[in-house]
Amino acid sequence: MSDIIRLSAAELGEKLAAGDLSSVEATQAHLDRIAAVDGDVHAFLHVNEHALAAAAAVDARRAAGEQLGPIAGVPLAVKDVLVTTDQPSTSGSRILEGYMSPFDATVVARSREAGLVPLGKTNMDEFAMGSSTEHSAYGPTRNPWDLDRIPGGSGGGSAAAVAAFEAPLALGSDTGGSIRQPAHVTGTVGIKPTYGGVSRYGAIALASSLDQVGPVTRTVLDAGLLHDVIGGHDPKDSTSLTDEWPSFAAAAREGATGQALKGLKVGVIQELPDSGFQAGVAASFHASLELMQQHGAEIVDISAPHFEYGVAAYYLILPAEASSNLAKFDSVRFGLRVTPGGNPTVEDVMSATREAGFGPEVKRRIILGTYALSAGYYDAYYGSAQKVRTLIQRDFDEAFSQVDVIATPSAPTTAFKIGEKIDDPLQMYLNDLTTIPANLAGVPGISIPSGLADEDGLPVGIQFLAPAREDARLYRVGAALEAALVDSWGAPLLDRMPALGGNR
Amino acid sequence: MRHLGVLARIKLTDDEVTTLTGQLDAIVDNIAKVSEVATPEVPATSHPIPLSNVFRPDEVGQTLTLEQTLHNAPDAADGRFRVTAILGEEQ
Amino acid sequence: MAAAKLMDYDKALELFEPVLGFEVHVELNTRTKMFSDAPNPANDEFHGAEPNTLIAPVDLGLPGSLPVVNETAVRSSISLGLALGCSIAESSRFARKNYFYPDLGKNYQISQYDEPIAFEGSVEVELEDGTLVTVPIERAHMEEDAGKLTHMGGSTGRIQGAEYSLVDYNRAGVPLVEIVTKPIFGAEHRAPEIAKAYVQTIRDIVRGLGISEARLERGNLRCDANVSLRRRVPVGEPAEPLGTRTETKNVNSMRSVERAVRYEIQRQAQILAGGGSIIQETRHWHEDTGVTSPGRPKSDADDYRYFPEPDLLPVQPAPELIEQLRAALPEQPVARRRRLMAEWGFTDLEFQDVRNGGLLGEVEATIAAGASPSAARKWWTGEITRIANVQERDAATLISPAHVAELQQLIDAGTLTDKLARQVLEGVIAGEGSPQDVVDARGLAVVSDDGALIAAIDDALAAQPDVLAKIKDGKVQAAGAIIGAVMKAMRGQADAARVRELILERAAQ
Ligand SMILES: [Mg+2]
Ligand SMILES: [Zn+2]
Repeated sequence: MSDIIRLSAAELGEKLAAGDLSSVEATQAHLDRIAAVDGDVHAFLHVNEHALAAAAAVDARRAAGEQLGPIAGVPLAVKDVLVTTDQPSTSGSRILEGYMSPFDATVVARSREAGLVPLGKTNMDEFAMGSSTEHSAYGPTRNPWDLDRIPGGSGGGSAAAVAAFEAPLALGSDTGGSIRQPAHVTGTVGIKPTYGGVSRYGAIALASSLDQVGPVTRTVLDAGLLHDVIGGHDPKDSTSLTDEWPSFAAAAREGATGQALKGLKVGVIQELPDSGFQAGVAASFHASLELMQQHGAEIVDISAPHFEYGVAAYYLILPAEASSNLAKFDSVRFGLRVTPGGNPTVEDVMSATREAGFGPEVKRRIILGTYALSAGYYDAYYGSAQKVRTLIQRDFDEAFSQVDVIATPSAPTTAFKIGEKIDDPLQMYLNDLTTIPANLAGVPGISIPSGLADEDGLPVGIQFLAPAREDARLYRVGAALEAALVDSWGAPLLDRMPALGGNR
Repeated sequence: MRHLGVLARIKLTDDEVTTLTGQLDAIVDNIAKVSEVATPEVPATSHPIPLSNVFRPDEVGQTLTLEQTLHNAPDAADGRFRVTAILGEEQ
Repeated sequence: MAAAKLMDYDKALELFEPVLGFEVHVELNTRTKMFSDAPNPANDEFHGAEPNTLIAPVDLGLPGSLPVVNETAVRSSISLGLALGCSIAESSRFARKNYFYPDLGKNYQISQYDEPIAFEGSVEVELEDGTLVTVPIERAHMEEDAGKLTHMGGSTGRIQGAEYSLVDYNRAGVPLVEIVTKPIFGAEHRAPEIAKAYVQTIRDIVRGLGISEARLERGNLRCDANVSLRRRVPVGEPAEPLGTRTETKNVNSMRSVERAVRYEIQRQAQILAGGGSIIQETRHWHEDTGVTSPGRPKSDADDYRYFPEPDLLPVQPAPELIEQLRAALPEQPVARRRRLMAEWGFTDLEFQDVRNGGLLGEVEATIAAGASPSAARKWWTGEITRIANVQERDAATLISPAHVAELQQLIDAGTLTDKLARQVLEGVIAGEGSPQDVVDARGLAVVSDDGALIAAIDDALAAQPDVLAKIKDGKVQAAGAIIGAVMKAMRGQADAARVRELILERAAQ
């Protein structure tokens, strides 16, 4: 395996800036890696045929003396939920097969502007509905740690691409954990920014009040570097915050010095007992907390009594908003059209198209959301769920009056086997137990690798949550723990991943 | 369930109606508990981060070309999107 | 469309009390759409664009696109709310109204539901005889228009029997304000007249505010008329509950509003008197045949699953903004009429003529553009109204006030005679451009070149020496024969008074 692909984005950026490496070389190395392993992993739905040209353009900009950002020339994998002008955007659905957007998502446009090289589009659960990437219309992505297991979801493609060294950086989207839970099961880093911190323009909407785009990387610093590129106000997204954001890369660098843990108050939620987690997940979580204590952090028990209603509220709000957001896929202006026999009306064509174009999970959620919003049920379901959001926000406010960050395991279990939970939606939904409250309340969350579970040797992640707008705090704390952990392991966790494609 | 299918414009097969009815019942049983804590005095939150008065100046921007507009159309004629006969009345 | 059996109007009113309600949609004339920065076809500048050329991603509901609220549309809506005497909500918000229809890019309409921007108001409406009626307003809310469907392959261009339809999304996203009245009681036999006067008043208000082009024939103003009947009971008995209402859509002119309400009263009365019952439904007005026909009955397919629009934030106008907009409001239509009557110096009858023709705004604008009050009045209530009646259109839709003023200026400058001006008017109405354009294109200007006139006069005098002799004898009225000949030679394009002067000059030589 070439050394280039083992480099972090920060390291690649330095080599590119120093002229030790060209973007074309860096991009080619990753394209080669994709060619070698993606047949097994299936992280990508589309590999960008324009990637080398884009890389050459960045090299030319640099050669012309242009002052480029710290990760200019670094390849980037893009979750297929983000629309792109140079590659199809399907959101993992048959109904959008071959769809070409006339505009780039804001995060994609900003990435191009910063000199990042779009490598391809990554696989995902259809319309980001799922926690395993098994619900992609284009087949599942496999976990590089164990190809029989799921890479998490919905952003399993982005996480697997990064874990498998097919890309140093990826973009994801997180509606209820779709960045953080895949990070947890693949031994990578994922951040869901504060709601409104990153533009949603060009992200194919799942649940508008929950969706956030964020970085998927192998190190906290890389996530900060990518967040610095994609974040900030966008007038095309009304919910975009106008805040001046600090540099998240700088926060990560500051955190890596270790000082961030000294005196840090870390809240642990009493209502999430160890019994709710796989033993190895709970053990890894506590080991991380102990390590943080050794570095001066204080662990504080906190109460979040309404978190237990989070999953229920989430599975009302998400389907309701999704049922409306996905109504646009009707065969009139874009996407699949299925015309039944006989003398079909446009109504028949729409119904047949949506029957054929949506997978079972998408249909399940659209029907659920339609039900939750329908006359007579709104108050009991959608209206009540919106109130639960308020209660969860209050729980957060109360907690953050006592602690700086909240820590939880990122997900209840390590990567499960492909097919294991596919027929049990309720079991599947519980995967997002610890990640959902952040989306309901709009606060930022980060998942970083905390180790491997003893019983199965699979990666485990720890999640930190911070108050809204305090994303930088997560970078400081995440980088501090990351440094301590890597120090204790002697090498990054991904070094312990079994070889892929037999070329190690 | 059939009515929901009509509202959602998804032509469900008989099998799907059966499966979905069972699943929906189970899911709804599970999520109905939100009403336990959603008492009248609790306000609803529709946006996680409260903002207001987000406006755009009334200035013309770049429009799509006709080619871009119709590029993904399953069917088009005369610069317009073409659909089969519409049942019923105009809204 | 076959006409239903109708009860005699007076008989219907004897048996039933009509209850009215209106939903008027006003298309705002902002430069861009409600939620996108694409040009707004309801603004004159962009009207008539080719299909699907005024499109931004959100107008098509393209994946990843997001709406952003047009600030000017919000201000216009607040102004309109204030002009309707409404309270402006401290906080209002948008909601999604979910239903599938091919003219709806997202398959939901962004509208306002439980928190409209304006609520609880009233407008004074003045009837032809000067009676004032107060129409209570329930709410005015912001929303977006849908695209336009053209039904192809059917014999009538209607939806029934069409083989396929074509969709143009230019209109999708045009800013709308929907004004909803409360039930209007006590209209009695004047219900149709009140309906017409109400729409006229709304048109005057939005014109006065300058927030809409307000052209009914373009759909800038669209009225849905709700009519229900309540059986009268003898004095002392408890009142009957409200009857089932119908909502008549597609009423696109002032005259039609009046006719449609009258029609529905007579139709419903006939059914109720015969022991039948009214179905709650939307009905369509047919301009050509003057009848309404049933549309879709209200059913549970009307479950719109409203919920707060998560892509947009609440609108919370600052009190200072509201006061600023209130201070800038033009005067109320009734007050305005009173003032204009005094300013213009018309007789009562002359003023009634203008007002009943719904032409106050036109006359005022024509005067503002430079015409005298009497000239402006004569054009609008005279020739323009005559043509409007022939063409069965609203006079205001035929020609702009600026063009009328220009026409009058051409007369005052001696370029046109009254007779020529009427020909020019016809040209302008036929779409040949401004009055000057028509004059140039048709070569209609008065021949003001004395040389040409003198040549024609000399020819005529030479041909009729007896007449010349009479004039020389001092019988000046004999000049009429020469004037006639000269006008004929000039094909009418001469100023008769000037011709007469010149004849007398030539005869004296
Ligand atoms: Mg309406
Ligand atoms: Zn409306």
